[in-house]
Amino acid sequence: MGNINHVCFRNFDLDQPWTFEAYENMGGYKAWRKILRGELTREFVLEEMKASELRGRGGAGFPTGLKWSFLNPNAPGQKYVVCNSDEGEPGTCKDRDILRYNPHQVIEGMAIAGFVMGATVGYNYIRGEFYEPIERFEIALQEAKAAGLIGLELKDTKVAFDLHTHIGAGAYICGEETALLESLEGKKGYPRFKPPFPANFGLYGQPTTVNNTESFASVPIILEKGSKWFSEQGIPNNGGTKIFCVSGHVNKPGNYEVPLGMPFSELLELAGGVRDGNKLKAVIPGGSSAPILTADVMMKIDMDFDSLAKAGSMLGSGAVIVMDETTCMVKVLSRLAHFYDEESCGQCTPCREGTGWVSRIVHRILHGDGKPDDLDLLDNVAANMIGRTICVLADALAMPVQSFIRCFREEFEYFIEHGKSMVEGN
Amino acid sequence: MVATREGQQMANANKARLSDSAKAEIDAWLTKYPQEQRRSAVIPALHIAQDENKGWLTTQLMDDVADHLQIPRVSVYEVSTFYSMYDLEKVGTHKVCVCTNLSCMLSDSDAVVARLKEKLKIDFNETTADGKFTLREVECLGACVNAPVMLLDRTYHEKLTPEKVDKILGELE
Repeated sequence: MGNINHVCFRNFDLDQPWTFEAYENMGGYKAWRKILRGELTREFVLEEMKASELRGRGGAGFPTGLKWSFLNPNAPGQKYVVCNSDEGEPGTCKDRDILRYNPHQVIEGMAIAGFVMGATVGYNYIRGEFYEPIERFEIALQEAKAAGLIGLELKDTKVAFDLHTHIGAGAYICGEETALLESLEGKKGYPRFKPPFPANFGLYGQPTTVNNTESFASVPIILEKGSKWFSEQGIPNNGGTKIFCVSGHVNKPGNYEVPLGMPFSELLELAGGVRDGNKLKAVIPGGSSAPILTADVMMKIDMDFDSLAKAGSMLGSGAVIVMDETTCMVKVLSRLAHFYDEESCGQCTPCREGTGWVSRIVHRILHGDGKPDDLDLLDNVAANMIGRTICVLADALAMPVQSFIRCFREEFEYFIEHGKSMVEGN
Repeated sequence: MVATREGQQMANANKARLSDSAKAEIDAWLTKYPQEQRRSAVIPALHIAQDENKGWLTTQLMDDVADHLQIPRVSVYEVSTFYSMYDLEKVGTHKVCVCTNLSCMLSDSDAVVARLKEKLKIDFNETTADGKFTLREVECLGACVNAPVMLLDRTYHEKLTPEKVDKILGELE
């Protein structure tokens, strides 16, 4: 990866990079120690965060510094910082590697966040299937506590920050931040109606900020090297590097941490190009909830929040799912629809019923039982799912449905008419 | 609280109670949350109870968890039926959870699934006659760049092929 500066993966060439020792030797906990010594003010750190142009890495891309400013550090009562490590957006597998190989950077980022927002307690919510990352994170946390860096009563400082690992038990919806808070409270993962937002009414009804693992892991380096250095890694309004999880039909699938704004064509090259010299057909550029884009659009696009939004999709979680010419789009949409149908929490009717409808219609097309007006029906169902529910899970299926039909209408029509795929070998 | 009548009968036949060591483990989790928020420990507590009972939860165990956390039993049932990692019926010694979501599908998880079904001679959500394996189709496990992927008990197996499946299962037999 040549001259690319890394943020979250900066320690990946070290031996056992997850240890406290390795992290400290690399310059880790420098920023946090400064805070403990009283050398940095909340205001300074917050301004640096804003200037860094770090945008949330979990999917929404909301400016992290701005999000932090919503919490009043001087308001009375307990406040919380929560890390969303409930990684489950199909195609996404970056937080798993951050937790396995650089857990201390997440801990330091959360501690700094706690300091800025006056939150003395934090939780890292890690999905239950992540046995290995949970263990790594927990060991790192114990190391940080043993070193006197994390806890409610630290020596020679007025700053306090205690942190705990929490675990999930298998539910995609808990990646939605208010569902995650419900789950952390020991309930079903039902998203909450907003407002009030977590900044006002979060965990246990207290002011809370939830950020993604990769966002927190980006924080220490912003203070170490300065916001200017960080923002200049990317492009204006899209600061820093981003981990792209490139999966699917490429020769070298992998997690690539690269500057935001890198042309997709370069990212594809890093991932070894399309497998077997095949032609690129389409890409889902930001996790399964992001609308699909065709090859010709993708080859001209830069990988940043604004460029992808302009093209009608989104950067999302940075999961880049690559599909070559052998891919049957009906089969792909059918699998995605099944996923959302399975994972809908069932709280809102348009989502609970809509995901089922979409899944059944695409399934029947895939099995040769499609009807001539099925595409209009899909459009209609999708339109009635968007913007009508408490959270965006319904939209996360409806938007891809619309994009698949828009980009590959012919393929769907062919399947309905002939009862088989237009793509050879399917 | 168990999904089927057969499951109910099995649940009744299993008289396991939450052990003292499990309660101690749950108490360690409870130190993480505010005193009045004992309910927060329900997810870890159910994992502990399930691990102790060969991978599945009986109504009795759920009730024990509720009583230990001093919360209504129904709020434990709500959680155990909502999250996919909890099993409310007897399962095999090993849980084989194979992902078939998009990245895995594009990397031919179909062939991996076919081999699993052929070797184990069961379909999804079934347990082998000798009680050794339960096979599950699961949603994204979050290891997509190493697709296809499966979770075998607590271990991820990545970049799977039918041959690798043979080897992994062979080592367990």
